[in-house]
Amino acid sequence: MVIECKHVWDHLSGYLDSSLPADTRALVQKHLEHCEICSAILDSTRNILILTADDRVFEFPVGFSERLHARLNEEFHRDTGK
Amino acid sequence: MPLPGEPLRPIDHSAVGSGAILTRMDVALTTRNEAEMIASILGGDPERYHELIRPYERHVYRMALSFVKNEADAEDVAQEAFLKAFHHLASFRGQAKFSTWLISIALNEARSRLRLQSAVRMESLDEGPGEDGQISPALLRDWREIPSQALERKEVRAMVRAAIENLSPIYREVVILRDMEELSIEETAAMLTISTASVKVRLHRARIMLQKVLAPQLKSSAPQRRWFPWS
Repeated sequence: MVIECKHVWDHLSGYLDSSLPADTRALVQKHLEHCEICSAILDSTRNILILTADDRVFEFPVGFSERLHARLNEEFHRDTGK
Repeated sequence: MPLPGEPLRPIDHSAVGSGAILTRMDVALTTRNEAEMIASILGGDPERYHELIRPYERHVYRMALSFVKNEADAEDVAQEAFLKAFHHLASFRGQAKFSTWLISIALNEARSRLRLQSAVRMESLDEGPGEDGQISPALLRDWREIPSQALERKEVRAMVRAAIENLSPIYREVVILRDMEELSIEETAAMLTISTASVKVRLHRARIMLQKVLAPQLKSSAPQRRWFPWS
């Protein structure tokens, strides 16, 4: 059985998560071995996931931690009446 | 099919989203006894809360920022989430990981803030395709951008951030929880109170939408790549 590109696209996310049934995964894998376009789409999607997971995308503001812990200390002291 | 001279053809699927690998939070936990810290805090030593939450500050802030899209509001949301978690710590029974419980509080805090910002009107303009519609990826022949190098460029970081922020909320949530916070499909479903099947559908669509938006933009930032013409 052979599947077309547009059907492979429907399985890209499951393929990346390794959550496809074995027979579906085998069909997708076979298609990817000879389809340059789907293979590149898979790679670009995978690499974009790596980009989105990178801590540098949402930068941590300078002083965030100090301000947070200062506020927590205020709260602790308020709670204990100190 | 590998192409000559292509610098990045990752084949290790554990690089993204595999439940078999330790998440960043799990790694942080391996040398910590959080149950003992929580017991100590509840027993009258609130100072240990500083130590308990330190590994999660960045995660909570990032989740807040991806929702409210404004650094000052995100910091406020994150602080409120940490305060709320402190005040409700006694209700944490250890049925989930502390990190998962904390993220769920941050998620609710961020959603509440969005509602306060008249989010209903904004979302109706930015709903994106429904869950039943078709969505296709951007077509290309290869990918020459190395993610770690691409992110050294400020404009690429801004592109990725904008692409995530511009997803409609139902898609943004699954991307944040699954692909950024690296929760499992099951944990993501439980946190959003939706089925695992819905998580998979939304995740697939969100990932394709990100690929569709970002791939052409990254193309224009590195014109030496070969691209397949738009259909």
